[in-house]
Parts: sequence; C-alpha cells; structure tokens
Amino acid sequence: MIATIFLRQANFIDACYIVAFSLFIYGMSGLTGPRTAVRGNKIAAVGMAIAIIATLLTPHVLSGSSTPWLIALGLVIGTAIGVPAARRVRMTAMPQMVALFNGVGGGAVAIVAWIEYRHHFAIGGSLWVEKGEIPTLFAAIVGSISFWGSNIAFGKLQEILPGRPIKLPGQSVINLALFVICVGSAIVLAAGVHSQALFIIGILLAAALLGNMVVLPIGGADMPVVISLLNAFTGLSAAATGIALNNTAMIVAGMIVGASGTILTNLMAKAMNRSVPAIIAGGFGGAIAAPAGPAGADGGTVRSTSPQDVAIQLSYARLVVIAPGYGMAVAQAQHAVRELERALEAKGVEVKFAIHPVAGRMPGHMNVLLAEADVPYDLLREMDEINPEFPRTDVTLVIGANDVTNPAAKNEPGSPIYGMPILEVDRSGAIVVLKRSMASGFAGIDNPLFYDPKTSLLFGDAKQSVSDITSEVQGL
Amino acid sequence: MTTISEIAILVLAAFVGFEVISKVPNTLHTPLMSGTNAIHGVVILGGLLLMHEATGVLEHLVLVIAIAFGTINVVGGFLVTDRMLGMFKRKPDLPESAAPDELQEGGEK
Repeated sequence: MIATIFLRQANFIDACYIVAFSLFIYGMSGLTGPRTAVRGNKIAAVGMAIAIIATLLTPHVLSGSSTPWLIALGLVIGTAIGVPAARRVRMTAMPQMVALFNGVGGGAVAIVAWIEYRHHFAIGGSLWVEKGEIPTLFAAIVGSISFWGSNIAFGKLQEILPGRPIKLPGQSVINLALFVICVGSAIVLAAGVHSQALFIIGILLAAALLGNMVVLPIGGADMPVVISLLNAFTGLSAAATGIALNNTAMIVAGMIVGASGTILTNLMAKAMNRSVPAIIAGGFGGAIAAPAGPAGADGGTVRSTSPQDVAIQLSYARLVVIAPGYGMAVAQAQHAVRELERALEAKGVEVKFAIHPVAGRMPGHMNVLLAEADVPYDLLREMDEINPEFPRTDVTLVIGANDVTNPAAKNEPGSPIYGMPILEVDRSGAIVVLKRSMASGFAGIDNPLFYDPKTSLLFGDAKQSVSDITSEVQGL
Repeated sequence: MTTISEIAILVLAAFVGFEVISKVPNTLHTPLMSGTNAIHGVVILGGLLLMHEATGVLEHLVLVIAIAFGTINVVGGFLVTDRMLGMFKRKPDLPESAAPDELQEGGEK
C-alpha cells in the first residue's frame, strides 16, 4: 500500500518525466553517428515507455469503470496498426510512412486540444483560461494543419493524389483568409468568448482546410521541405499541449522535435535556394511552377546509348560517380545499383556516390535506400565534398535524378531553379543519364545536361538498365 | 508549476534541441525525421490524461482515436527507425542476413 501511495506522489511522476525527457535528449544525441544511432533510438523508446507508464500511474488517470478499458483499447488498436505498418513498409516508401506517422501525431494533438477545450474552457473556468487556453488554441490550429497537410502529403507520395501541383485560382488569397479566420477565432476565444461552435469551425475546420490548401499545390520535388516543416509543426503543437496540461515530458519532447524539424526545413530550403518565409507566403512550388517552355524545344539533339556501351565506358574508367535521385527510389533500383558498384570495384574502378541534400522525397532519402542495399557509407559523398571531384571523374552515372543535376541552375539566370546548388556532374569527363523517357523533371524545366555533347542517355526502367549494365560489365 | 517556468523549460529545450540535432550528419536525416516523429507521439500522454474526464460517447470515442493515433505514432515511429538504423550498421558481407544484433555493431571504417 505504501509503495502504491509513493508511486502516485506527484513528485514521483514528475521525476519520471524528467528521466523520460533526459532519455529523449540522450537518445537523440546518439543519432550523430551511425554506430550509436540504434542504441540512441532504443534509449529514446525507453524514455517514452517510462513517460507512458508514469502517466498511467498518475492519480485519477485510471479512475472510472470504463477508463482503463478505453485506454487499453486505444493502445491495442494503435499497436495493431502501427507495428505491421512499420515492419512491412519498404524503404522506398519511407517518406509516405513518415508523413502518415506525422499526420496521426498531429491528429492526436488536435483531438486532445479539442477535448481540453470542451472541459476546461467552454464552461469558463477562470483558473484555466489564463494558463492553458492560448497554448490549447495554438495546439488545435497547428495540430489540425499538420494532420491534414500530412495526409495530403501522404496521398501525393503514395500516388493516390496526383503528384503535380494542384492550384486553385486565388490560392494565396484563400490561404490568407483561412489563416486570418484561424488566428481571429483564436483571439476571440482567448479574449473570453466561450463558443464550442467557433472552436470547431473557426479553429479546427479552418485549420484543416488550410492544411489541405497549403500542401495541395506542392509538387513531389518539394516534399523534403514540406515533410520537415510538418514534422516541426506537430512537435511544436505537442509542446503547446504540454504547457496546457502541465506536462514537462510533452514540453521538452515536443520542443526537441520542433527544433529538429526547423533545422531540417532550413537545410532543405537552403539546398533548393529558397527561403522558408517565401515558401510559406507564396505557396509551395509557386516559384518553381513557372512555365519553362516545352521540353526540348530549344534543345538540339540527345544521344542515346546502349547498356553495352555504358558498360565499356564504366569498366575502363578510373573514377565513376553515381548520382542517384528519386527515379532510383521509384524503380527500386538500389540493390541493382549496389551490384553494379561491386562489379565495377571488382574491375578496379573507384566508385563514389554523390548525394544531393534534396534528392528524393525526404531529407536523407537516398542514404537510407543505399544503406538498405548495403552500400558502405564511406562511399557516399555530400554535395560539397563531391563537386570538386567531378573534374577528375571519368564517368558520372545519373540514375533518376534531374533537377539536382541541371546546369541551368548555375548558368541561366532566367531559369526558375537558378541559384539552386547542384551536383556539378557536367564537369565530369562523360555523363550517362538513366531515364524512363524524355519527359522533363517535376519542375517542368528543360535540362541542358541532356543535350551536352558529353552526355549520353540510356532510356528504360532504371532497375532494368542498371542490371543490364552490370551483367555487361561482368561479361567484359 | 507556473506558466513562466514552463516557458523557461520550453526555451531551454529549444536550445538543447538545436544543439543536439545540428550535429546529426546528412546521412542520418531520414532516421532523424522518423525518430523525432516517434518522439512527438508523446502527445499520447494528453489522451491518457484526459480520458478519465471524458463524458459522453463522442468524447470517449475521439479520445480512443487520439490514443490509437498516438500509439501508432510512437510504436510505428520507433520500430521503423530501428529497422532503418539497422541498415546503416556495417554488416558482414552476406546481403540480407538475419538482423545483426547490437553487440556486433563495431567495425565502422
């Protein structure tokens, strides 16, 4: 009995929360290196378990006859969905998975904020108003945006929705109006008006529409920025919920996520040479969706090649750089690429991988795929490291990457992507581009790289092409 | 706890977060995303804390959904991060061998 009483002491619960958030921080600091990262993730998971158990031990949390069962029901349903999803998802589908997990997190925040509002503010309890209402309103808005935005992002990545930007006329006016409705409603509610209808329509619904409207115009190539930003949003809204509920574990955990999401958003925006405020204000994809003329109109001719020729080119090279992009993910070609890398190394060719920060659909997407295929990470080079090496590279193999290799970003001030840092593959001795067809990249921008006399193109499915090249290399 | 001390915690956590996360290399950005993703599942605590106050079918129902969402977020997030990070570890030359356990994780070049 005494032990039970001790366990339910408020101090004990708070102490558990301190342990929990320390473990979150310690665990995340393990992510600074591949070797410590697995342990770091486990440590953070232990922290989460401690936080959940401590919460269940809090006085009254399990009171009421149905409460424990309903909590158990929620936990069981969540586990039954989450575990198989996490086990089965393919590495190429990781961006969708992250978007989905992010969305459910945002949804949970919005629901919690809504119930919180119904219980503590709708009645007009004065004690709570000053303390928790503003964070609750904030959490409701941001959580709702995050839920709907992430779902749209998921739909686009999963190709349930078209990946191309969907834009309504007057989009930015509508977005601004929705934003004003959200903030205006929040101010009215915080000023002491208690209206559940206003909360639901003005906050939850308007924010939901805003979430949809902000993400719908975003094309696939901008996804790394969006996913990072939504991640930061969910984190910040969780931290706000923590303030409303006086829960230190939620405050710290949410804020760390907010910080990490902000850092990644900035990095991604920088890698696309666009400022975050401009992206948010202008609607994503606004700058890049500018028409760039019909593909190939000004282009000249492209030279297509065969797997045999590519194999010969690669086998007699000293240094080959592989620049993968989203096309490699779509074609699931990472294992084939690993085979090619091995075959070339067996011939004494040095192989390196050039990773652009926004290649793929989320930060670090290419790294995960190549790690899945067992490519040693010391072969991977970041953009700044590899760019000086291109002049001494004999052949660069571009697999399903387009805009991140487009020299127009350096040379053509009129190009929509002018100023975006790119992999300078055009400086290497020869370039082989694996492409499905002659269609231009997401951005709809013609890529002068394809018309470079040093470039040859190998059309077809990336996985098949790479396998063909590999068998030709092995046969030489 | 007073609101002001909670805001103090918030601000300190922001600085700690920036410090810790900015040291994460590009290679690990996807696991970082999914790991932090799992951590914001901490909002499940909100669902747990509010359940006993809920009245009526609607509130109970949405809170069960919130807890289920939070659980998906937490459990799924940590598991998928673990799976991904397992791939970053240096493996023996066998492709697709059984998941190597923590003890043999050395050997980074």
